[in-house]
Amino acid sequence: MNDEQKKPDPSTLPKKAASQALNFFYGSKQALKNINLPIYDRKVTALIGPSGCGKSTFLRCFNRMHDLYPGTRYEGQIRLYPDDVNLLDKSVDPIEVRMRLSMVFQKPNPFPKSIFENVAYGLRIRGEKRRSVLMDKVEEALKSAALWNEVKDRLDELATTLSGGQQQRLCIARSLASEPELLLFDEPTSALDPIATASIEELIHQLREKITILIVTHNMQQAARVSDFTAYMYLGDLIEFGWTDDVFFRPKEKQTEDYITGRFG
Amino acid sequence: MSQAPAAGRLAHRRSRHIRERIIELVLLSSALVAVATTIGIVFILVKESISFFSQVSIIDFLTDREWTPLFSDPHFGIWVLLSGTLTSSAIALSVAIPVGTVLAIYLSEFASARMRETAKPILELLAGIPTIVFGYFALFFVTPLLKKIYPELPGFNLLSAGLVMGVMIVPYISSIAEDAMRAVPMSLREGAFAMGATRLQVALNVVVPAAFSGLAAAYILGISRAVGETMIVAVAAGMQPNFTFNPTEQAATITAYIVQVAKGDLPHGSVGYQTIFAAGLTLFLLTLVFNLLGYYLRKRFREEY
Repeated sequence: MNDEQKKPDPSTLPKKAASQALNFFYGSKQALKNINLPIYDRKVTALIGPSGCGKSTFLRCFNRMHDLYPGTRYEGQIRLYPDDVNLLDKSVDPIEVRMRLSMVFQKPNPFPKSIFENVAYGLRIRGEKRRSVLMDKVEEALKSAALWNEVKDRLDELATTLSGGQQQRLCIARSLASEPELLLFDEPTSALDPIATASIEELIHQLREKITILIVTHNMQQAARVSDFTAYMYLGDLIEFGWTDDVFFRPKEKQTEDYITGRFG
Repeated sequence: MSQAPAAGRLAHRRSRHIRERIIELVLLSSALVAVATTIGIVFILVKESISFFSQVSIIDFLTDREWTPLFSDPHFGIWVLLSGTLTSSAIALSVAIPVGTVLAIYLSEFASARMRETAKPILELLAGIPTIVFGYFALFFVTPLLKKIYPELPGFNLLSAGLVMGVMIVPYISSIAEDAMRAVPMSLREGAFAMGATRLQVALNVVVPAAFSGLAAAYILGISRAVGETMIVAVAAGMQPNFTFNPTEQAATITAYIVQVAKGDLPHGSVGYQTIFAAGLTLFLLTLVFNLLGYYLRKRFREEY
């Protein structure tokens, strides 16, 4: 996917978001240390690193998920473009942020509702009531998530009757229905079998045409397969960031090389 | 191949075997106390009721509109007592189910940890107040209060008893409902928050439906408590059998009637005395139906995560 010859200098690419001097604390424990990372528009950026390195914590800063838990604290900025606002600013409503940035979780978490209502949920809480609009958007989202053909005759069944892989694609459809600008994936295939994993990866491939994606994975092959850019994190520090094939084949840091080649991690 | 004798180190230990058997017997006998009591109660209820129904036709029992077991022309229409039970329970539940549910949602989804730690012991205290105290609270505090709004209200009435009974049941419902809601995995809530849902939307659209089987169990327990509640209605709703669904009247419930007869001087073995077993059996069947319904709802709507 990454054309070896024509790799432009990343700094010339348009950015969708960027973390600037980002620190994050759980109580007194610092989980992220001075992270400066650009997220390029309509590219897939993978976050890799050993367990506890802060990659999920970093991802969850983008949609202010940490706000749900007491004792958490952000420092620094995450700027969202083209608005050029700091998502972490006190004046920014986390609910508005989450309306524009969607997240897909580690374990499929469909709501105890029908397949249709799961996908329509984001639109419903935005106040959309027209049945025809909901129907169109649900169909479009399910098609984008490559699930439409499997569920089109059973939209009124409970979402929990789907298989694990289908549930995860349903959660992706649910995220897509509200037309997010940035899609956050938190190890989306870690609970799935290889075949379901392959279909999710295929989906990420198709989605990157239209939408910016930030994906946390501890499967390095997956990062290599799906991403344009890779960031390697370790113990709350960002160690290396660059084009995915540079990070994998020509790492600048010894630590990155050790992790990628399996000598460590 | 010759069979070697069991090696000493691997042979069965007799003492351990016996100890295990004794422990098993102790555990089994504790379980049997509960089971045997239930069977004994059902046996007595059915035996005495059979003897009652050999003298009073079951059709009359279910259709007669009067309950006058002590009159020279006795009538045994259980609906007279059942109407009191159903009316007071309906009032109680119309208080306890909404208040208990809202309280559970607040404690589970909105309250800070500190608020929860303060509120829960107070609620448990409410659940620990003897029901006789609630009964006198209804008779001497709530009824006079209601009389200020509605002066024609009699001193004994179903409304006051039902309202206080509802307050009494609130902690039972809120406690089970809150447990059910807190058992809903955080990942499900996060999914809804990540879509941009507010706390209220998460609570109502995701947590409540996911906890539905637990909520159903809480409501069924509340219904069983309301139907079986005795002291509050005996004290505050009066002892006069009265076929009515009007909350502003006085009426005896099944339980209040049983108290009255059991404490009275009717000779054992008389039809009048046996009425309490027929009434008790009715009550038992009523709560059995609700418990079965609760069991069905729990199975039908159980969500696995």
